[in-house]
Amino acid sequence: MNPIVSFFFSVFAILIILLLVWVGVGSANMYYLFGVIIPYLAVLTFIIGFIARMVQWAKVPVPFRITTTCGQEKSLPWIKANELESPTTTFGVVKRMALEVLFFRSLFRNTNVELKDGPRVVYWSAKWLWLGGLAFHWSFLFILLRHLRFFLEPVPGCVLMAQALDGFFQIGTPVLYMTDLIILAALTYLLIRRLADLQVRYISLFTDYFALFMLLGLAISGVLLRYFIKTDISGIKELAMGLVTFSPSVPAGVHPIFFIHLFMLSILVAYFPFSKLMHMGGVFLSPTRNLANNNRMKRHVNPWDYPVKVHTYEEWEEEFRDKIKAAGLPLEKV
Amino acid sequence: MTEQTPTPEQLVSIDYKPPRKSWLDPTVEFRKGTYCYSGVPKHVEYLGLPNPREWQPFEPDWKLPPDWKRIILDGMKDRLDKYRSFRLFMDICVRCGACADKCHFYIGSGDPKNMPVLRAELLRSVYRRYFTTAGKLGRLAGARDLDENVLKEWFYYFYQCTECRRCSVFCPYGIDTAEITMIGRELLNLVGCNINWVIEPVSNCFRTGNHLGVQPHGFKDSIEFAVDDLEEITGIKVDPPINKKGTEILFIVPSADYFASPHYYTLLGYMLLFHEIGLDYTFSAFASEGGNFGLFTSHEMIKRLNNKIYSEAKRLGVKWLIGAECGHMWRVLHQYMDTMNGPGADFLEEPVSPITGTRFENARATRMVHICEFTADLIKNNKLKLDPSRNNHRKVTFHDSCNPARAMGLFEEPRYILKSVCNHFHDMPENTIREQTFCCGSGAGLGTDENLEMRLRGGFPRANAVKYVKEKFDVNMLTCICAIDKATLPGLLEYWVPGVEVGGVHELLANALVVEGERERSTDLRGDSTEQSGAETTDA
Repeated sequence: MNPIVSFFFSVFAILIILLLVWVGVGSANMYYLFGVIIPYLAVLTFIIGFIARMVQWAKVPVPFRITTTCGQEKSLPWIKANELESPTTTFGVVKRMALEVLFFRSLFRNTNVELKDGPRVVYWSAKWLWLGGLAFHWSFLFILLRHLRFFLEPVPGCVLMAQALDGFFQIGTPVLYMTDLIILAALTYLLIRRLADLQVRYISLFTDYFALFMLLGLAISGVLLRYFIKTDISGIKELAMGLVTFSPSVPAGVHPIFFIHLFMLSILVAYFPFSKLMHMGGVFLSPTRNLANNNRMKRHVNPWDYPVKVHTYEEWEEEFRDKIKAAGLPLEKV
Repeated sequence: MTEQTPTPEQLVSIDYKPPRKSWLDPTVEFRKGTYCYSGVPKHVEYLGLPNPREWQPFEPDWKLPPDWKRIILDGMKDRLDKYRSFRLFMDICVRCGACADKCHFYIGSGDPKNMPVLRAELLRSVYRRYFTTAGKLGRLAGARDLDENVLKEWFYYFYQCTECRRCSVFCPYGIDTAEITMIGRELLNLVGCNINWVIEPVSNCFRTGNHLGVQPHGFKDSIEFAVDDLEEITGIKVDPPINKKGTEILFIVPSADYFASPHYYTLLGYMLLFHEIGLDYTFSAFASEGGNFGLFTSHEMIKRLNNKIYSEAKRLGVKWLIGAECGHMWRVLHQYMDTMNGPGADFLEEPVSPITGTRFENARATRMVHICEFTADLIKNNKLKLDPSRNNHRKVTFHDSCNPARAMGLFEEPRYILKSVCNHFHDMPENTIREQTFCCGSGAGLGTDENLEMRLRGGFPRANAVKYVKEKFDVNMLTCICAIDKATLPGLLEYWVPGVEVGGVHELLANALVVEGERERSTDLRGDSTEQSGAETTDA
């Protein structure tokens, strides 16, 4: 499909989703379906799908230790080894993975190549993707944490702390959360980059836009609910508590936009296990990153190793016997 | 250079703008200079590989077996269940594009399918179609049917990847295109689509023990020739044993070292060094190749070719092994050998340098030490008398070969040696060395002449970095520790940055090595005068 068609298909998919809520909640009053049944089904799909996927990956063996080494190996004692980029121990691997998962170490290396006259190849530092990605993921995590206040009673201290930290500047009522601004900015950047960068646009598929649109829809509807519509929080909390205590009910008076928010989340989590979003779990299993560079120190066993046809010394000697003899090299069988 | 070879100006007028048409529609044009010829049937047959036949990539009919599609899909299924790397890398790419301009072939050609992400998508699109639920949606999910054009595209682009792993350094999930290319080539091999520049060396190697097909008497002749040359240059007669039982060390080299130039000077280097320190070692005319083009064929073939290393070590009764300067050879020795043909622990001993007493802890299981590790240890312990001024005519830079860099992390050892043996050493810009090093553009079996244009394109980023240090520091020698580099970089540099020669680390070491009883040397191992023409000669 033409790259730009993918974009419009995603827009179309989002419109259908909005339309579904519009009709379902706005006209047909299917509150229970959108407020209870679909969220339950979605979460169930997410949990089962996520676990199934991880198990499926984990069951596939890792026949060879194929670490990508990004730093000095451990060899001679007087050469400083790079334990972070070329770890030899499990602890080293944990540190490398932590850096990768929490701070996107590899993406931080990103450069931008430019071919100038001369010819001269120039490598520009290119940290925007790293920054955009990091900003999105961290703010999303913060927002998820903050949302726990809807699902837990009493609200745990760490959630309250995250909330306080996020609203540190005390701007406006309700207090403006920094993460709301950051996530909108980051997602917008990621979307614009996908469209404006010719190479990235060329490789983009429907799913790439769809995931971004869903996240943007989620963020925008959330922002609308909090800052503009200032919806009735107590009703939403009642709904959320009902869902987690398995005594679901949909209180009256919850704004329709909330159902858009909830429906988009439901679609996103149900879609998660079947999509590239699974990189969240997959990154932990990546053999080039989660294995130590200790190949010559410790044997790695391939569970499905099998004998292969080889050419033995004896066969070799037999074939070249005369030549070996003439060259005066020793023979096993004289 | 043939007449058709484009000029550098023509090659660098690159349009990076991708076409309007979707990449999902397979299009491939086998343009002269950008692909490799097919495997010759007798070699395919000798190895017992499927579908030996006369065919060429540019011909419309590839003479595939009638059930080729089933063979490929079964092959994919099999590998998806055997390699977590493959399955995971098929699933988790988010197409962020960070890898796009990290590939030397993309930088040098502008062909969007040379972006690592798209190279992988060529395979992923088929994976999605046949192995995922979402793939049933077809093109909407980025899925497509496997047909002959898709297969041809695989062939073109999987033999346009040098498995250098540079992209995997930048990928946030560590997706390694080398894994994808390796599996892609395995699949192609299942239906007999391979290239001769890989298959012939593999077949030679299986039969004679080395890629070049050098037979035992030829091996001995080459070594004797080197002995004579060394005597002529230094006045020292060395006596390197071949197939000698009971020595301490078996020394494994890539076959190009005793057959090609400029590798040959590095061979002279090892021999002089071992003589000087009185090392108890032997060559083997059977294990006469550490390189392993099996790596460019299939995992099974890696194992088949690598088998001789340990088995020969056992037969000769050595205690441990040293491996010479070679790139992909060291990927195999470091990351595959012990798993495939080990354990090396049951008959070998933990390597300890007989000269310095240093225990090579990092090789305690595999029991094979890289020559740069071995030599760096000698220098550090003051066991060598070095006169770096004998390399004063060389302004040196170092090209990190892909595999020792990104599959071993061997960065400091060769640099330490170089800085000890020459007075003028200058690294290239940091985005082009160490883990970010650029491939020579001819690795993974692509170094053949019919593929010259693509090699020149792929080698362009490397050559451009060499040009930088040439202009800035007058660099006139690029050193490296890879046999394919030594074979292909001279031509590449002659094309892009004339006036820079290519040499090995142990070549420069031997230039500087003061050997007991040697006569005064007025030339280096190449016979070039060590007197510098310029006035700025400095002594250490």
